Amino acid sequence: MTMIFGIPVQAFLGQLLVGLINGSFYAMLSLGLAVIFGLLRVINFAHGAQYMLGAFIGYLLLTYLGIGYWPALILAPLIVGLFGIVVERLALSRLYDTDPLYGLLFTFGLALVLEGIFRYYYGVSGNPYAVPPLLSGGTNLGFMFLPNYRGWVVVASLIVCFGTWALIEKTRLGSYLRAATENPHLVQAFGVNVPLLLTLTYGLGSALAGLAGILAAPVYQVSPLMGSDLIIVVFAVVVVGGMGSILGAIVTGYMLGLAEGLTKVFYPEASNLVVFVIMAIVLLVRPAGLFGRDA
Amino acid sequence: MSEGTSEMLEETSDMAELTLRETSARTPAWLEWTLVGLAILALLAAPFFVYPIFLMKMLCFALFACAFNLLLGYTGLLSFGHATFFGGAAYFTAHAVKVWGWPPEAGILLGMAGAALLGLVMGFFAIRRQGIYFAMITLALSQMFFFFCVQAPFTQGEDGIQGVPRGVLLGVLDLNVSINMYYFVLAVFLLGVFAIWRIVNSPFGMILRSIRENENRAISLGYSVASYKLAAFIMSAALAGLAGSLKAIVFQFATLTDVTWQMSGEVILMTLLGGIGTMVGPVIGASLVVGLENTLATSGFPVTIATGLIFMVCVLIFRRGIVGELYARVLGRAGKG
Repeated sequence: MTMIFGIPVQAFLGQLLVGLINGSFYAMLSLGLAVIFGLLRVINFAHGAQYMLGAFIGYLLLTYLGIGYWPALILAPLIVGLFGIVVERLALSRLYDTDPLYGLLFTFGLALVLEGIFRYYYGVSGNPYAVPPLLSGGTNLGFMFLPNYRGWVVVASLIVCFGTWALIEKTRLGSYLRAATENPHLVQAFGVNVPLLLTLTYGLGSALAGLAGILAAPVYQVSPLMGSDLIIVVFAVVVVGGMGSILGAIVTGYMLGLAEGLTKVFYPEASNLVVFVIMAIVLLVRPAGLFGRDA
Repeated sequence: MSEGTSEMLEETSDMAELTLRETSARTPAWLEWTLVGLAILALLAAPFFVYPIFLMKMLCFALFACAFNLLLGYTGLLSFGHATFFGGAAYFTAHAVKVWGWPPEAGILLGMAGAALLGLVMGFFAIRRQGIYFAMITLALSQMFFFFCVQAPFTQGEDGIQGVPRGVLLGVLDLNVSINMYYFVLAVFLLGVFAIWRIVNSPFGMILRSIRENENRAISLGYSVASYKLAAFIMSAALAGLAGSLKAIVFQFATLTDVTWQMSGEVILMTLLGGIGTMVGPVIGASLVVGLENTLATSGFPVTIATGLIFMVCVLIFRRGIVGELYARVLGRAGKG
């Protein structure tokens, strides 16, 4: 059997794939956080809960209405996005002229409520969500065995990430968005409806979290706690990348996922800690983050 | 060096005077002292009317919230990782008392020192960024400490350290007697709050407030803002640790619950609910939250939903907290008139 650094190549690539999958979710979630923070100056603590909501909506649609994976892939982000729009209109929009920390605290409370509700009705144990038939099974790539669904997750997350990047960097709507980030008052004076833009942005960010959730449902188990465990790691990712750039958030997400996978190969005990250690090192060397613009 | 220091002190005393005048115009001092005196009397009498364990839990969390408020309310730094100091100190104390057979006072001091050390490390990294990033860094580092506690052998994983002996304080006072334990906790609580009050109203505390109000101006006045922030962080950590150590002795165990991010959130809620930047607010907030949790524990209604709802309501409707609103409405009007 071929070995790399004294480790069977199969195991090595397997962990690397797990890292890549985790990285896909880090990238999608930190992307959503960066999009929301860019315009609203709010750190969306509820992002993890919205991710969990996306997964649960997929699970509930299947269990109670018999609606399968593919329609859920559209419906779950849509519902989570609408939920986000309601939250923004009713609450977050009242907090824009206060200290940004209040936005963090409000969304923290929201996350607790969402998690509490699902925990109350579904307990803490995970519920399995079957891989859709089209993507079940795997492909032998010659050097390793790739479960089809995992391949799909990587491809889908790349599409989502670069689609969002293109939407923000290359379209007219994106240019309004970027302009409003720089100077909302001026953009408003030019006749752009900035409050609507803010609402849609939060909706879009939430929908991204929901989409990540439904993509994650067949990989991890659907559990009320799946979001809060993840969101703290994503915060570390965001600190490493800096929230200045969309591309930075995406690249950092994949990078840290891979770093985590590699650590699992060489020193499994530290795999939970490695993202935080990298964060600490980045803070020492480059406090603004790898892609950050300002301190 | 000495010239610079005396200049600094002069400036500081100016600032102190200004703020003191401001407060004395708003709140009559005799009223404040009478209320504090009455509160202490009530706490002295309380164990004869209320279940002492509940009171002790309340006092531990009240001290924890006051320590947290030293950082959030008076320095303007939102730490999302204070569970590390609270729970970490509980582990250190429990280990020292149970495994090494240390007396309770030594165990508590060790817990405080350990929390201060953790505060030094976390603060060292966190003060490199401000505002929202500061919150995220402290949260991430405390999650790291949580994972460390899950794996480290001395914490005994999911079981936690159980059956910690309360011991005999200074070789004289038997803490296994409930009433002795209560008065010890009360004494430590009062001492801790007094220390915080002294810190906040010292020249050092004034500099902390100036950092809260306008960090750039504090820098341009020549203060080494980073070291002041770090010092405040360490003090807050040590006092939070004191609360955690005390809790470990009272309840005779230390578990993972106290180092989770939910615990960090809980102390934020206590402070926010009572009133950020007030001396009494965190005490009231902590009492209410502990009381609410005790009530809900028997009702079957999930605590997280209640906590989350209170968070949302506080942020949306009364950001100044109960005591802050009271000050603003009653005393603010009296001060004007």
